[in-house]
Amino acid sequence: MNLLEQLMQSYGDAGGDRAILTDSDTAHLVADGHQILSTRGVAGLEVEAHSTPDGISAKVRVRENVRLKNPVHLCFGVLHKKGAQHINMDVKLEKNAHASFIAHCIFPNAEQVVHIMDAVIEIGENAELRYAETHFHGIYGGTYVRPKAVVTVGRNGVYVGDFNLITGKVGRLEIDYVVETGENGVTELTARVFGHGNDDVNIKEKVVLAGEHSRGLIKTRVVLEDKASAEITGSTEGNAAGARGHVDCMEIVKDNAVASAIPIVRVNNPLAKVTHEAAIGSVDKRQLETLMAHGLKPEEAVDVIVRGILR
Amino acid sequence: MTLLDIKNISYQTGGAKIIDDLSLSLETSEIHALLGTNGTGKSTLAYLIIGCDGYSPASGSILFEKQVINDLRLYERAQLGITLAWQEPVRFEGISVGQYVTLRNTEINPALYLEMVGLQPDLYLERMVDASLSGGERKRIELASILALHPKVAILDEPDSGIDMLSTQDIINVIHTFKENGTSVLLITHREEIALSADRASQICNGRITCSGAPEQVVAFYKSRNCLVCSGEECVDEPS
Repeated sequence: MNLLEQLMQSYGDAGGDRAILTDSDTAHLVADGHQILSTRGVAGLEVEAHSTPDGISAKVRVRENVRLKNPVHLCFGVLHKKGAQHINMDVKLEKNAHASFIAHCIFPNAEQVVHIMDAVIEIGENAELRYAETHFHGIYGGTYVRPKAVVTVGRNGVYVGDFNLITGKVGRLEIDYVVETGENGVTELTARVFGHGNDDVNIKEKVVLAGEHSRGLIKTRVVLEDKASAEITGSTEGNAAGARGHVDCMEIVKDNAVASAIPIVRVNNPLAKVTHEAAIGSVDKRQLETLMAHGLKPEEAVDVIVRGILR
Repeated sequence: MTLLDIKNISYQTGGAKIIDDLSLSLETSEIHALLGTNGTGKSTLAYLIIGCDGYSPASGSILFEKQVINDLRLYERAQLGITLAWQEPVRFEGISVGQYVTLRNTEINPALYLEMVGLQPDLYLERMVDASLSGGERKRIELASILALHPKVAILDEPDSGIDMLSTQDIINVIHTFKENGTSVLLITHREEIALSADRASQICNGRITCSGAPEQVVAFYKSRNCLVCSGEECVDEPS
């Protein structure tokens, strides 16, 4: 079995649909470590990807007025126990372009693996990008994952980011996103993470509402068990009239896990408004009792609540 | 046959006696209304029966099918067939209405139970049991989920409160659906017209049963009470 087949096998084992590789209407980019294994473009989408001595460099363009029918699938991973993957992504959606990217990050055997993503994303006027990133990790917790993105959302543009790491043990996770949102633009960032063992989770997400009537939401859902720890910083700045932002962080802590949440709200315009809420604690007692009144055992009830929060 | 038999239970918290030597029974296929004003101990009694955390009688026994259940945990009581529809049901993120109604049994058709409480399945099955639901919607979904459990005993804590646009008769119909499905109901309410639909009624005041019997008799006694909100000082027992 070659590397591509192995990677897709792992992707399929994690519940992914391997048919995405053979569908001629679906664009994809597949890489193991610093080796690009497969690419496909579609009309209106340009992907220039190449390996460099230090990693993978990818330039992605969705041309003006193009609305991609199918999501673009990005399959990244390291199949070996040890390895590194450093991806530089330069993404631009031109005016009125609409696209959805689904990134699958697969590290089934990682004992000592580094996965770094540095992305610069530009979303043009009236353009919309939905970017979902889902991680599949093994049981060893030996990965250092550091996705970093600087995003600009143009006038009337939309950026929806959705990060999920709920399968397996990661090791160390450091998310660092900054999104500047223009006039009437919308930014929504959601992160869902389940930390186990000694996982160490650090999430920093910042939304700058720079344009008038721009809107932003940062939503974080983290569940920690064993000795996992997390520090979540959600920051929103309201810098223009009519800007509306909200930071919403919920962390559930089990066993000996430790969590902290730092919501930062800053308003530089009297006509802007930014709100926040943060909740850290064990599973809600009333929720637990309600499910137990339906006959669920305590561990089953906790599982239902946790799966719901991370859904 | 007596299904639930509460014998002389007392419960106090923070120095205050909330339930005072209370006895009550529920027969098979019976709807027993527990009528009382705010602060009389109705919900506390429900929590003692189902076994919520921190709610354990200081004295007395709770028997279910002749088995003392005082020491059983909440889920163990539920697995025996006792359940509770809370007065203000909690919300859940990421759990759909369809999933919630089928929590214990994924083989059943949740649509049937939503229809029983007056909700259109196609509008609700995929919705989340979260803050996007109104209080009334959430309450009806709780009732549907309890119906779907087919429990032997359902404690319904003020099933009518917070439900908009439903006539009293609609509420009564839902309560009687439990009975038709083979569930005995302990019906907690402060509404006389709801209590009148029961097979039997008891009035609770200051943590004690002050009157028990036919609903008409208990409602008449309830109407003649001296206090609007339980003060614990003015209640009197029905003359025997």
